[in-house]
Amino acid sequence: MERSLFARQPSVLVFIGLLALFTIVITILSEGFGLGIVSTSFIKILGKTLCLCLIAIAMDLVWGYCGILSLGHFAFFGLGGYMIGMWLMYERTKDIVIASLSGGELPATPEEITEAIGTQIFGVVGGAEIPVVWYFADSLFAQLLLVVLVPGLLALVFGWLAFRSRVTGVYLSILTQAMTLALSLYLFQNDSGLRGNNGLSGLQNIPGLTEVSQSVVSAWFFLASALALGLGYLVAAWVVSGKFGNVIRAIRDDEARIRFMGYPVEAYKLVVFTLTAVIAAIAGALYYPQAGIINPAEIAPIASIYLAVWVAIGGRGRLYGAVIGAATVSLLSSWFTGGQAPSIPLGFYTIDWVDWWQVLLGLGFVLVTLFAPKGIGGLFDRLVRKDAAS
Amino acid sequence: MSALLEVTSISVSFDGFKAINNLSFEIGGQELRAIIGPNGAGKTTFMDIVTGKTRPDEGRVRFGEPQLDLLRLSESQIARAGVGRKFQRPTVFEAQSVRDNLTMALSNDRLPFAVLRYKPSKEDDGRVSALAEEIGLSGELDRTAGELSHGQKQWLEIGILLAQEPKLLLVDEPAAGMTLGEREHTTDLLRRAAETRAVVVVEHDMEFVRRLDCKVTVLHEGSVLAEGTLDHVTANSDVIDVYLGR
Ligand SMILES: Nc1ncnc2c1ncn2[C@@H]1O[C@H](COP(=O)(O)OP(=O)(O)OP(=O)(O)O)[C@@H](O)[C@H]1O
Ligand SMILES: [Mg+2]
Repeated sequence: MERSLFARQPSVLVFIGLLALFTIVITILSEGFGLGIVSTSFIKILGKTLCLCLIAIAMDLVWGYCGILSLGHFAFFGLGGYMIGMWLMYERTKDIVIASLSGGELPATPEEITEAIGTQIFGVVGGAEIPVVWYFADSLFAQLLLVVLVPGLLALVFGWLAFRSRVTGVYLSILTQAMTLALSLYLFQNDSGLRGNNGLSGLQNIPGLTEVSQSVVSAWFFLASALALGLGYLVAAWVVSGKFGNVIRAIRDDEARIRFMGYPVEAYKLVVFTLTAVIAAIAGALYYPQAGIINPAEIAPIASIYLAVWVAIGGRGRLYGAVIGAATVSLLSSWFTGGQAPSIPLGFYTIDWVDWWQVLLGLGFVLVTLFAPKGIGGLFDRLVRKDAAS
Repeated sequence: MSALLEVTSISVSFDGFKAINNLSFEIGGQELRAIIGPNGAGKTTFMDIVTGKTRPDEGRVRFGEPQLDLLRLSESQIARAGVGRKFQRPTVFEAQSVRDNLTMALSNDRLPFAVLRYKPSKEDDGRVSALAEEIGLSGELDRTAGELSHGQKQWLEIGILLAQEPKLLLVDEPAAGMTLGEREHTTDLLRRAAETRAVVVVEHDMEFVRRLDCKVTVLHEGSVLAEGTLDHVTANSDVIDVYLGR
């Protein structure tokens, strides 16, 4: 009795429908393509939020379904961003350099161009040479491939070492944090070849599309993010809907038992860990062109912990819970920390939300853990079930 | 004819305490065997060694035809080679349906990419129904395993084992916490299973062992104290001293 994905998981259809509706409405209201009611900066916030929802789905897959509490998926997200950022920055600098050198008597030689690009990009870290890691930066195709390959390989090697040694539970979480911290510290160094703490910037400018206004570019990125989220959701739903999903849930619930049933648990974990790292990397590659800048602080260990908090607040093991959690928390976060939330003067003290938002988030997390252990998604499920029962 | 499982002179100690002491054990291809012994005799540890959970300090464990050295295989490889195990505490996947529990256990390809592409076939559905029938859970296929009674969970676990089509079945205290009727059903299940494969049952309950009506091995302090029919071993004075006399 074979049934389609949608029959097995009706929520997938609902999710895709809502996402499509949301995307169309926002596009119509956008400055780039429509009525101009939704500002370009808000489109960017929404587009970035969709990317965060995508990495939250990855987190739900690896943690909510497979039980691996990875506190390192933002490292993959950041690496994805760096990989696409290299192309964006290189090509744009190249265009600028060529334009500025074209005023000379003789046409600039390739060496002169390369040298000028090197000085432009790496001057801030006292270099002029283009580091070897930028070898493919001239090729969009190669860098797109690296978006998938670099984080994918890192996850594969890390996962292979960790799972093979049967590192589980809190020890694995600590190990993923250590990996994240090491990567972030490495990138902070000026000689890492990725501009140290300056990171990569100007990523919102798409090479070759300098004539196109940001309102249009941001609308396209918004659409691309929505598409990626939709596809990511479908892939994740497909992965968890069949027997594979049952096996990884079984790994989460009783790893030893499923091993005695003959399933190579480590191989499953490795597949899920690597797949979700790649999804996270794709999300990052879409996020940072909308953010405009990436630097090593983005990969700080705390970011990956927040990711787990979003998924916990949204409700683990139900995919849409992760989306609800990520969207709610990140939108609230940008509202509170963006200076839009009115400060509350108490006379003796003024509650400034930029500082107090963190406290609010922490409290929210505690409340959800205490009163809705299945997260917002769990409350949601209860409502739906009540409806169905009545 | 050589034995299906040949355990030769295994020993294992935990922090200096010898849980298994120079134990040898053999079982043929279609045999039902009961292992009895007082608490801490090493019965569960013996199963841990055969299934790869615990590595012995010395000794050999050979299985199947051609012979495999089980000590060189991982838990999942041993399971795929044809050793199925039921744990002392019933462990089924409570969050999943009875059907999903059984489908996962069916002896299909277990590697991730094959499982990702898996589509339930008519044949597999048939096997699941037949198994459910066998373990008396036909009516519960679509219920969540967590909702089953204690006895039903034990049967589901036996069903999970049968689904794997193992050549050797290791069953640790299957009747614990069961009502009399449930015990009888369990005895039938195990005896039927032993018609086509080797089954080793660890059990404390003498009545249960009597109903199994098979050769009995008595373990004590990590080695074999006596072996034979139930009447034979219960007449043995050593056995009476350590086990029955209490
Ligand atoms: N992993 C371990 N670490 C330390 N000691 C262990 C370990 N596993 C078993 N033991 C000890 O080895 C001895 C044999 O234990 P085992 O569980 O095999 O006994 P058993 O015959 O199954 O007993 P029961 O009838 O109570 O189930 C016990 O004294 C137990 O405490
Ligand atoms: Mg025991």
